[in-house]
Amino acid sequence: MPASPAASPSSSPAASPATSPLHLAVALDGAGWHPAAWREPDARPKELFTARYWADLAAEAEHGLLDLLTIEDGLSLQSEHPFEPDARTDRVRGRLDAVLVAARIAPLTRHIGLVPTAVVTHTEPFHLSKAVATLDFVSQGRAGLRVKVSARVDEVAHFGRRAPLPLRLEELDSPAGLAALAESFGEAEDYVEVLRRLWDSWEDDAEIRDAATGRFIDRNKLHYIDFVGSRFSVRGPSITPRPPQGQPLVAALAHRGEPFRLAGRSTDLAFVTPHDADGARAVVAEIRAAQRAAGREAETVHVFADLVVFLEERPGSAAEQLARLNETAGAEYTSDARVFTGTSAELADLLAELAQAGLSGFRLRPGRLPYDLERITRGLVPELQRRGLFRAAYEASTLRGLLGLPRPANRYAAPAADAAPAPAAAVGA
Amino acid sequence: MSNESSSSSSSSRSSSGKPLKRIHLAAHFPGVNNTTVWSDPQAGSQIEFSSFAHLARTAERAKFDFLFLAEGLRLREQNGLIYDLDVVGRPDTFTVLAALAAVTDRLGLAGTINSTFNEPYEVARQFASLDHLSAGRSAWNVVTSWDAFTGENFRRGGFLREEDRYARAQQFLEASWRLFDSWRGDEVLADRASGAFLSDPRAGEFAYRSSEFDIAGRFDVPRSPQGRPVIFQAGDSEQGREFAAASADAIFSRHGTLEAGKAFYADVKSRLARYGRSPDSLKILPAVTFVLGDTDAEAHEKAELVRRQQVSGQTAIRLLEQVWNRDLSDLDPEGPLPEADPLVGEHTVAQGRASVRMNRDPLAVAREWRALAEAKNLSVRDLVIEVTGRQSFIGTPARVAEELNRFVQEDASDGFILAPHLTPGGLDEFADTVVPLLQERGVFRTEYEGSTLREHLDLPSPTDTRTKETT
Repeated sequence: MPASPAASPSSSPAASPATSPLHLAVALDGAGWHPAAWREPDARPKELFTARYWADLAAEAEHGLLDLLTIEDGLSLQSEHPFEPDARTDRVRGRLDAVLVAARIAPLTRHIGLVPTAVVTHTEPFHLSKAVATLDFVSQGRAGLRVKVSARVDEVAHFGRRAPLPLRLEELDSPAGLAALAESFGEAEDYVEVLRRLWDSWEDDAEIRDAATGRFIDRNKLHYIDFVGSRFSVRGPSITPRPPQGQPLVAALAHRGEPFRLAGRSTDLAFVTPHDADGARAVVAEIRAAQRAAGREAETVHVFADLVVFLEERPGSAAEQLARLNETAGAEYTSDARVFTGTSAELADLLAELAQAGLSGFRLRPGRLPYDLERITRGLVPELQRRGLFRAAYEASTLRGLLGLPRPANRYAAPAADAAPAPAAAVGA
Repeated sequence: MSNESSSSSSSSRSSSGKPLKRIHLAAHFPGVNNTTVWSDPQAGSQIEFSSFAHLARTAERAKFDFLFLAEGLRLREQNGLIYDLDVVGRPDTFTVLAALAAVTDRLGLAGTINSTFNEPYEVARQFASLDHLSAGRSAWNVVTSWDAFTGENFRRGGFLREEDRYARAQQFLEASWRLFDSWRGDEVLADRASGAFLSDPRAGEFAYRSSEFDIAGRFDVPRSPQGRPVIFQAGDSEQGREFAAASADAIFSRHGTLEAGKAFYADVKSRLARYGRSPDSLKILPAVTFVLGDTDAEAHEKAELVRRQQVSGQTAIRLLEQVWNRDLSDLDPEGPLPEADPLVGEHTVAQGRASVRMNRDPLAVAREWRALAEAKNLSVRDLVIEVTGRQSFIGTPARVAEELNRFVQEDASDGFILAPHLTPGGLDEFADTVVPLLQERGVFRTEYEGSTLREHLDLPSPTDTRTKETT
């Protein structure tokens, strides 16, 4: 059972033993995170819109015993600009709905967690709640969701329902920028609250199939969620019963204040982008503070650092490969996350070092797909296993189980009449 | 049916010499109404993926055209309480269909998606994605709703005026087509040597403005194998028929008598010419139920038993309340119909049911039912069984095959959407016994000939809306 990061707050990061196993996720996006990755000899750029491509990547990730995979998504065509479209034709453009890709690969995998990205700014929490609950049913307890706030002007026009956020990249720290961030992340927080209430809106034993009384459900175990916020209201209950995990995993990528707050208040897993151990320590402290402020210090909130990785087994070779890719792309590759080039052993060293800063795992963004994913599963994973830092076999059948999270009690269920400790009834699917 | 002969060289001809029409068959996942019997020991889960996979595999083994999933976006209520006598609980339509694409190869995957509580950009990318992920097997049953009751589950809240719902549905479809057609299908070059991923910097550009929508930008899913999903329309109102004639590839209709079916069929097909469409370009597929037996008598006995499972005394009262629009919980289901007349006006008793909204004049229905009950000396429960419960096709596999075929050959339909009363095994017997007989008659495929749903349904390729605009 992995240690709960919440139980060892940032005050004593050194207390975390070096042998504590790490969690590993892989972030799938197109042909990989480098813009020239699609031109690599083993890339499959013509297959990006086929099920087989995604099924093969998932199989490889599962072969490497990874905890979960994430799938990037958005409600606009990819572009180099963070808020607006571009007219480039030399980079991967076009993608499939990430929740549906996850559903398509769910029956073909058995252990790996499936965490698609979904934009919350323009979508309906009722629809997304039942979609993720259904992903949990079709994967038998392996569903998660990465919620994403969108500030893109083009996405606003795709929906035509609201005014664009007054956000400019260069003005994020102005009072207006901070207010806009607070508003959009506050909305995301409300959204996650609605997702979670809807997942709990059916108690686990609501379906009774009682032939004697003719009742299929005990309607007293279905609950109106009656969420009323300043931005929207949702009545409930869900049309979908409580999913196998009770609460599918909620994740968010966070770079700064407001997103850290969302991560600490609302999620089970934060993806963060520190560039060194000190940065990681500071980020973890911020998230722990938000977690405490929300009264969630008893809950586990994982913090995974994102790293873009280019891996080669010959020392020095990965940096050369990145330089070659940059030349092909015509620009130096930059990222919000730290860019790592090196060997599996060097990456294992870095992960072990960063983990000391209070991180419980890492989300690796392969620079090239499938190439760097295979270097992760066939190089990095065995290296970490040799060091006792990674599992030798899947130890649980649900995503929450892999992450050491209990199956939560239902917020609407009456506490058990007897005084038995609650977790006993809540663990296991 | 003259232009259907090209692909049916081996098919038989009827006694009149007319080429036999080929039947289209679909499997309806048992729904959340009293048709679905959950109290039977063989009844399985309505939510576990294994149930969906079972029905899909049976349908594919039997070479069905597609599997169909219904949708409802709020749990039904009666007398202000969540309705608890029928199956409750459904998955998300898109998510289950995408997962089913992994356990089937050819079966079409059709689902209901509401045009009131969704937006075109999101729905279009979901259908385009499903079509890619299933290699061209997606279909969309477009439904509209206008009730504030369902709207309470959505942040957009609100609702439409009843008279605006088809306008929104029509515009929703037009906007979606604009999105699907924003990619021609030849833009993704992925040419390593030249470095061109796209051939066109404007791929996916679209704009659509109407009374309901004002959207523009770039669609982010390249053209899918079918171009766009097969479009279904359900319901038989005047507006619904016209909507179907203008925009749909298939109608999910109600089953009735042979004569009623022929009249509906002729009416709808006659509307197509106005939109420049051939009669074959719109398939009419009524939803039907069936009961099979070794003898006709045995099948009728089983059918009677199933009807009594479907309509308990309590269920009979609840169904009666939906017409009477009153609380009748004190009524004895084994006794006579209520003496009071239905309450006319706004429906307050039952919410979230399409069938309630479709009820015609409740006073006339009550008069008709009273007369029937008196003539046949029926209790409330007997009457409800009599007027709502009768299965569409009952008999030996040979009789059912013969009758199904008759409806199709006599132009009362182009095929059927079969709704088994048991989840998930309710189609197994039909697949094993009736389908081979239809195949022997040469009216149903023995192997899939195409790979897309559009091919299974013998539908023409979609016309690009941009082509239409420029001509």
